[in-house]
Amino acid sequence: MQALLHQILSGLANGAIYASVALALVMIFKATHQVNFAQGELAMFSTYVALTLIEAGVPYWAAFVLTLGFSFVAGVAIERLILRRFRHASVLSAVIAFIGLLVVFNGLAGWFFTYTIKVFPSPFDPHAWYGTTYLSPHEVGMIAVTLVVLAIVFVFFRFTRLGLAMRASAENPQSSRLVGIRVGWMLALGWGLASVLGAVAGMMAAPIVFLEPNMMAGVILYGFAAALLGGIDNPWGAPIGGFILGVLENLAGAYVVGTHLKLALALFVIVAVLVFKPSGLFGRTVVVRV
Amino acid sequence: MTPILELREVDAAYGTTAVLRGVTLEVADGSMVALLGANGAGKTTTLRAICNMGVRVHGEIRLAGQRIDGRATELIARQGVGHVPDGRGTFASLSVEENLRLGGYLRSDRAVSGDMQRAFGYFPVLRKRLHQQAGTLSGGEQQMLAIARALMSRPRLLLLDEPSFGLAPIVVQEIFRILKVINQEERMSILLVEQNARLALDLVGQVFLLETGRVVASGSPQQIADDEAVRRAYLGQ
Repeated sequence: MQALLHQILSGLANGAIYASVALALVMIFKATHQVNFAQGELAMFSTYVALTLIEAGVPYWAAFVLTLGFSFVAGVAIERLILRRFRHASVLSAVIAFIGLLVVFNGLAGWFFTYTIKVFPSPFDPHAWYGTTYLSPHEVGMIAVTLVVLAIVFVFFRFTRLGLAMRASAENPQSSRLVGIRVGWMLALGWGLASVLGAVAGMMAAPIVFLEPNMMAGVILYGFAAALLGGIDNPWGAPIGGFILGVLENLAGAYVVGTHLKLALALFVIVAVLVFKPSGLFGRTVVVRV
Repeated sequence: MTPILELREVDAAYGTTAVLRGVTLEVADGSMVALLGANGAGKTTTLRAICNMGVRVHGEIRLAGQRIDGRATELIARQGVGHVPDGRGTFASLSVEENLRLGGYLRSDRAVSGDMQRAFGYFPVLRKRLHQQAGTLSGGEQQMLAIARALMSRPRLLLLDEPSFGLAPIVVQEIFRILKVINQEERMSILLVEQNARLALDLVGQVFLLETGRVVASGSPQQIADDEAVRRAYLGQ
């Protein structure tokens, strides 16, 4: 029973990472109907930036915030300079562009930071009071950080004028322009926010998976699975999908398939969702009367 | 006085398909003008050309004397053009309130709250539907929402693309009555595209008749209605 509880709780911790990545993917998908295959590599690169800052003597949380700032600017710049050229390109061209970005960032990281596996610090004291027998302080901390970030994102989209404009741009770009919204910038902003979410996931995951240029390969796969499970069109469902998948992964790893096949589970979930419920668990259907 | 809207020798095309050929028309400040014509005459394209919505335009388009052709759609909106597009263009998954707030996107929060009350004055049903998803409204309510949303930006010129489309006659009458009030009491200039010529002739002060991308007649509703060819073609008499 204790072991089961442990698996479930630490699954939630992993799920927090998937939740952030899934939400980042959904944000870009909703706005552009493109899937950002480079999301994981961008997050990895951001994490290296954080490590560089920390090694230069910047306190952890200051480095954290600076990294989010860097990621935001980088996300906006990538959309403005590169991706917007593919807005009206065929699906295949866009996919190639994303894969290109993935390869470029992977290579850049290897070039700048080498492929040596590095230890990334956790901001949470390993002996802190909030550690339990089931969850280390870092795991508790990363769940908390993720929930806070998710809450901020939802408040932003739900209650601010800019958030509303971004939702409108995603739903109906033409009508958005007619009310004066600069839709192009809203897309760039969406990219910036998605990069921020990715950076949070990267910095929270790195103390567990260690930092190296391929650290997000598995995570991004789970992120896709989570986004599909929750509903690729539903920003509320994606994080829930992430948490569910984290728990599922741990339980399956411990009791069913063993650790070696854990990654295959993500693929299994992707295929199962696409076959049986393409809109995901919480996929919403927009009702339209004419 | 400078007209609020002026099109001079405007050609417009989708890709290589020419739709408008040398369209010249004017909307006097504070007036209500109808653009009539059969299906495919280029009415919607004229409105899309004014707002630079995916149409290649050649010629001059002026808003209150200033050239706007070639400017981005969102900048034209910022210059004071409200547009209720073909198919209404409401944000179906957003609530009625959010749709209205988006209409007032360029304005201050306080102005938005005030103007929402004004919109409810014209369309009381929207107040009842405030938190409902726009896509779940009836067709007439959606059209009202689309017009209310355009009004939220306090435009100098309101473009309406077939507001009667697909609606019951009684709803159409109500909407046209309100448009008349908006035009008369707020002195808002309105360019109305309609296929329902009879309804439009009762409402407006000036008519342009479009046929295969060209303006073939213009004048007061009386002049247009008296035109033998027009009667045959559009009024079924």
